[in-house]
Amino acid sequence: MRGYLPDYELRAPASVDEALETMAQAPGQWRPLAGGTDVMVELAAGKLPPGKFLSIWQLPELRGITLDDDHAILGALTTYSDVRDHAGMAAEYPMLVQAARESGAIAIQNRGTLGGNIVNASPAADSPPALLAYGAQIELASVRGRRWVDYRGFHTGYKQMGRQPDELLTRIRMPRTPGGAGALHDYRKVGTRKAQAISKVCLAALGRLDDGKVAYLRAGVGSVAPVPLDLVKTEAALLGKTLDAATIDAAVAVAEAEVTPIDDIRSTARYRAVVSRNLVRDFLTALAAGETGARVHD
Amino acid sequence: MSHVNVTLTVNGTEHTVSVHPMARLLDVLRTEVGLTGTKEGCGEGECGACSVFIDGVLTNACLVPVLSASGTTIQTVEGLEGAAETLGPLQQAFIETGGAQCGICTPGMLVAAASLLRRNPDPSDAQIREGLAGNLCRCTGYTRIVESVVDAARRMKEARS
Repeated sequence: MRGYLPDYELRAPASVDEALETMAQAPGQWRPLAGGTDVMVELAAGKLPPGKFLSIWQLPELRGITLDDDHAILGALTTYSDVRDHAGMAAEYPMLVQAARESGAIAIQNRGTLGGNIVNASPAADSPPALLAYGAQIELASVRGRRWVDYRGFHTGYKQMGRQPDELLTRIRMPRTPGGAGALHDYRKVGTRKAQAISKVCLAALGRLDDGKVAYLRAGVGSVAPVPLDLVKTEAALLGKTLDAATIDAAVAVAEAEVTPIDDIRSTARYRAVVSRNLVRDFLTALAAGETGARVHD
Repeated sequence: MSHVNVTLTVNGTEHTVSVHPMARLLDVLRTEVGLTGTKEGCGEGECGACSVFIDGVLTNACLVPVLSASGTTIQTVEGLEGAAETLGPLQQAFIETGGAQCGICTPGMLVAAASLLRRNPDPSDAQIREGLAGNLCRCTGYTRIVESVVDAARRMKEARS
């Protein structure tokens, strides 16, 4: 049964500063509400805990994508459609564009935001693996000031994260030319259908070879752990190595040991473990074969 | 929490409604504004039956708390071109090509198709399927709907030339 509206309070602050003031007066009591694609689903299902919400959707300060010399900087309210429509994103961050294309369908992409995807903290979300692979940082703002933190390590447990109760996620930034020139970008989502379906597994992997050796590697995986997972051990096992068959076999085994999938309504632990292994192997095989740029799986 | 006044411009007419700020735009359109063309299917953003334009952007009205739409311009299926007394080429194509059967998905299909055709007047079948991927139909098997959008694109092209 749908949530009972009088159990909820919703305010629309006129500015980010006003939002931060409100959050500072009652830390942890105000939950930011952006595009509504998660919160309103919980409301419809009767699963939204009663409480106070701040509608930040109409704050222009939190919108827009800009590129400076060092970073691509995205407002927390950047939608999947904003990412899809931005030429600079396609040129340098094709995995994020692919994640945006495969999240929901057009109407959801028009409304779902990167900031919401991060803070909602679903381990099955599609953009976090790409943000992890691209070495993103996130900006957290409060009346006490603003700070940039590495996105890697931000999720500390299921729906747990390093955000203080009075902090609002305001921006996301990613280094320019991630992985360096000649890197291979591979985003792959496995679900029941291309649109709408939530992932069974999704992998975002970014790697580059120099003289046949792994010079750069970063990978994020969705739906295989309580958090969007970084494959840190797999990365460490491969850096500096020549990608021969034995090295790939060993790395795939490390990756399989890193994921801790569960059975749920969308898939099984066993299927997810096998698919994770196969996706990592497929990526490493392509990297070893000298593929560069964005892999296409359409 | 008590009601607040929210102003929306719907299909060209300004409405100020007194509603709970968390009320879904879908419910406000149907019960306060009195436009029941926008349907509720799943209520969770999967089926697209509640598709509307907010400031020209295709949106699932079931996922929008009305306060977040304050001051916006909304177009519902009733406000699509030619929808009032005469049918536009999109609606006519759905009728003649068999894109509408039971009707529950049709308003959302029309709005999503209009969104697609505004961005891409001559879409391929694959682009139509992507543009309508967020709209579920349990009758047609989708083939007739895709054909209806192709037909609509042709009619619109003829009307322009």
